Amino acid sequence: MKLTLNGKSKEIMDSSTLAAVVRDHCQNPEHVVAELNGSIIGRALWENTVLKENDRLELVSFVGGG
Amino acid sequence: MMTVQNDNLIIAGKTFTSRFLLGTGKFSSKTALAESIAASNSEIVTVALRRIDIDRHEENIIQYIPKNVTLLVNTSGARNAKEALRIAHLARESGCGNWIKVEVINDSKYLLPDNAETVKATELLVKEGFIVLPYMSPDLYIARELVAAGAATIMPLGSPIGSNKGLKTKELIQILINEIDIPIIVDAGLGAPSQAAEAMEMGADAVLVNTAVATAGKPQLIAQAFAEAVKAGRLAYLSGLPLEKISAEASSPLTGFLYE
Repeated sequence: MKLTLNGKSKEIMDSSTLAAVVRDHCQNPEHVVAELNGSIIGRALWENTVLKENDRLELVSFVGGG
Repeated sequence: MMTVQNDNLIIAGKTFTSRFLLGTGKFSSKTALAESIAASNSEIVTVALRRIDIDRHEENIIQYIPKNVTLLVNTSGARNAKEALRIAHLARESGCGNWIKVEVINDSKYLLPDNAETVKATELLVKEGFIVLPYMSPDLYIARELVAAGAATIMPLGSPIGSNKGLKTKELIQILINEIDIPIIVDAGLGAPSQAAEAMEMGADAVLVNTAVATAGKPQLIAQAFAEAVKAGRLAYLSGLPLEKISAEASSPLTGFLYE
C-alpha cells in the first residue's frame, strides 16, 4: 500500500506498524518523533499503530541549527 | 588575581556559569562540532528539527552534544506562530526537554524575525509550560510584550543571521539592556570575538554564535576565542566601564614638567 512519508510517496507492506516503518527508514531512531496525519504519536504507541493506505507520516529528528 | 564570585547567568531558575551559547548548524563535520562545543565551554547549545532524509544515512547530532549541556531547540522553519507551536510540540515529544528558542521567520532574504507572530507563539508556549527564549528584532515595545507573555529571556539580533556584520542594532539593544529585567542574549550576526566582547561590555547577559564558529577555518580555536571574549567583555562590564568623552583627558600629570 502507498503512504506519504516525509512528503514522498512510499510503497510499504499492508498493515505495517509505525514501529516497523521507523525501523526500516531511520538509522538512528533514538530521537525520532512521529506525526501521523497531523497528530503526534507517542513512542509507546508505535508498535500498536497500524498504518493505512494514504496515511501522511512525518518522521523528524534533530539536526544542527543556530 | 581578583575573581568575580557567583556571576552566574540564571535562566528560568537554572544556573549557568558560561555566558556563551553555541549554535550547531553549518559545521563541516560532527567532530568539528564536538571539539567546538568542548572548546566553547557552552552550557546551552541550539539544535533544529527537520524531516529525516529517508534515503540517506544521517548521524544523530544529539550524540555529539555532552549530556550536561542544555539543549535549546529552535523553531526554525516556522513562518508563523502556529508552525512554531507544531515544532515545539514535536521537540517536546523527542524527550529532549522543554526549552524552546522561538524563531518565526517569513522573510528569506534577510531572515528577520516576525515580531508579532513571535509574541503570539511565546504566549501560547509559555501557557503550555515551555521555557521560551524568543529570537526578535530589537524593539522595546515587543520586548515588553515578550516579558509580559512570560519569556525566559529575549534574544535580539545584532545583524541578520549569518551575516557576520556584528552589532548593527547596538543602540536598540542598549535600550533593551537598560529597560528590560530578564536576561538579554544577543543572537545572530556576531562575526568576530571582538563583537561578542562589545555586546558583553554593553551589559548583554550572554551571546549566541553559530556561523562565525562553524564556518571558521579552525572552529575549535575561534570557539575558544569567543568564549574568552565573552568573559573579557563581561568582566569589563562588571568593572564599570568609564564613559566616552568628546575631549581628551590626559593620563599623565599636567604639572611638574622637568623643564619648568
